[in-house]
Amino acid sequence: MSTASSPLASGLPPLASAASDAASSLWRDSWHRLRKNRPAVIGGALLLLLGVLCVAGPWFLHASYQDQNLDLGASAPSAQHWLGTDTLGRDLLVRLLYGGRISIGVGLCATFVALTIGVSYGAVAGYVGGKTDALMMRGVDILYSLPFTIFVILLMVFFGRNIILLFVAIGAVEWLTMARIVRGQIMALKKMEFIEAARSLGLSNRRIIFRHMIPNVLGPIIVYTTLTIPAVMLLEAFLSFLGLGVQPPMSSWGTLIKDGAEKMEEFWWLLVFPGGVFSLTLFSLNFLGDGLRDALDVRASKD
Amino acid sequence: MLRFVASRLLQAIPVMLIIITVSFFMLRLAPGGPFTAEKAVPPEILRNLEAHYGLDKPLYVQFFTYLGKVVLHGDLGPSFKYSNRTVNEILADKLPVSLELGGWALLVALGLGLPLGVAAAVRRNTILDYLCSAVGMIGICVPTFVLGPLLALSLGIYLHWFNVSGWYGPTDRILPGVTLGFVYAAYVMRLTRGGMLEVLNQDYIRTARAKGASEARIVLRHALRGGLLPVVSFLGPAIAGILTGSFVIETIFQIPGLGREFVNSAFNRDYTLVLGTVILYAGLIVLLNLVADIVQVWLNPKLKFE
Repeated sequence: MSTASSPLASGLPPLASAASDAASSLWRDSWHRLRKNRPAVIGGALLLLLGVLCVAGPWFLHASYQDQNLDLGASAPSAQHWLGTDTLGRDLLVRLLYGGRISIGVGLCATFVALTIGVSYGAVAGYVGGKTDALMMRGVDILYSLPFTIFVILLMVFFGRNIILLFVAIGAVEWLTMARIVRGQIMALKKMEFIEAARSLGLSNRRIIFRHMIPNVLGPIIVYTTLTIPAVMLLEAFLSFLGLGVQPPMSSWGTLIKDGAEKMEEFWWLLVFPGGVFSLTLFSLNFLGDGLRDALDVRASKD
Repeated sequence: MLRFVASRLLQAIPVMLIIITVSFFMLRLAPGGPFTAEKAVPPEILRNLEAHYGLDKPLYVQFFTYLGKVVLHGDLGPSFKYSNRTVNEILADKLPVSLELGGWALLVALGLGLPLGVAAAVRRNTILDYLCSAVGMIGICVPTFVLGPLLALSLGIYLHWFNVSGWYGPTDRILPGVTLGFVYAAYVMRLTRGGMLEVLNQDYIRTARAKGASEARIVLRHALRGGLLPVVSFLGPAIAGILTGSFVIETIFQIPGLGREFVNSAFNRDYTLVLGTVILYAGLIVLLNLVADIVQVWLNPKLKFE
């Protein structure tokens, strides 16, 4: 956790500002660095745009994702239906926007599950240390070596395909790396003086972990969260593609891609648009995550 | 070295036991069963069926019977859906196809990723480097289930270069292999580039330059060994990912491999076949992880076999 020092090459060290409020200037420095990173800015802007479109778009389109028009059937993109319609005559744009709500929603919720488990587990292991830590991290190692995708598939097949289970199943898979990262950071923090000060003030362990340590590892947590979201969305789409994720008439981007892949020989737009939007989202998230990593100066990489 | 392998194999035993136990009970505790099919089976026939497969005994008896057979004889039992076939026969039939597909994918991943990564590192911040980064980003962000159908659509349906589905001639290997391997090629490229950049800045590379070694020799003889380390530690996860990724690829290209069989058997609730596949895959992943670890230590003298 090195403080983000201004590059020496620029000459004079910052004199007045650094002393006054170091905490906020650290975030401000990062923000400046992030804004200079063009791919990250474009990624962030695209995500914002997609999010707004998916949330607000359906209100303006006056069509539901299940409105059918069987006379029309599948039609190529036109002035009436910008992205075309599927075999049941449903407007693809509307379905994409609704699907986006689900995909992004699943992505955020499952990431939140993974985040909560991972951060608490890693923080406790790192803070307590010793045998407990060794045992807890050995558990993580074992879980790492399990073929998790297979378990998620089994879980979804055998316990009904409901969406809550989907969050939990995905979240339960993706927390491991977060736990490792947080543990490493906490172990480094533990030896610092302000933690010793907090302890000598008689604060409870819980308060020290959650109020004093976790705020100091927010950087890596933010970065890794941004990189977990695409992984989670990918897993959801993977499951939906196998027919195990979101069930009709609801549709996520994964189910739309699955439908498109089945009908691509005649109706290319059913595959190309959902696949394109999904990939674009993953692009944006990855660029933003990489940009944040550079901006927040996080060295702990995924591997 | 031998002790390292032996201790790692010993560690694998509890892992395998956990996998078998968890999946066994997960399957059995789930609602529904292999014989609750579309058409209702008369109760007396159902009872006979269950007695035949030992499903009427208490769960823990079933579990230990199964475990005993698996551990002692490697016998994974009869399939519930394919009458007259054992799980071992089905696995022996389907696994080679999936392994071959995985092999091609790994070849694509390394054959594409390593040279590109080295080239990007050596020609850092040139057009070539940026091009490689762009290709890498595409590989990471376009998932296999988008890339596969897109390739099939463009190269198969429109250009007629390849068959869109099936697993007959040698050309049928290309599209699935490339689709499955491309993501990993992207990761391998990124890791190789990063690893090589780190190594190329080290003192011993400068020493090699100073004594007049040729650039090709420096890159290939001196730097590559160290630069490959991140790639090797990625091989374990990559192999696991390729094995599970083939579920989707086999579905897209209609390849008669174990991945498609696994998904189907899960839908059919063919308990023994599902369990057998899980055990086989888990065993493979554990084994291949061990191989990756050994290669890693062998390449990096700083690590020791412990």
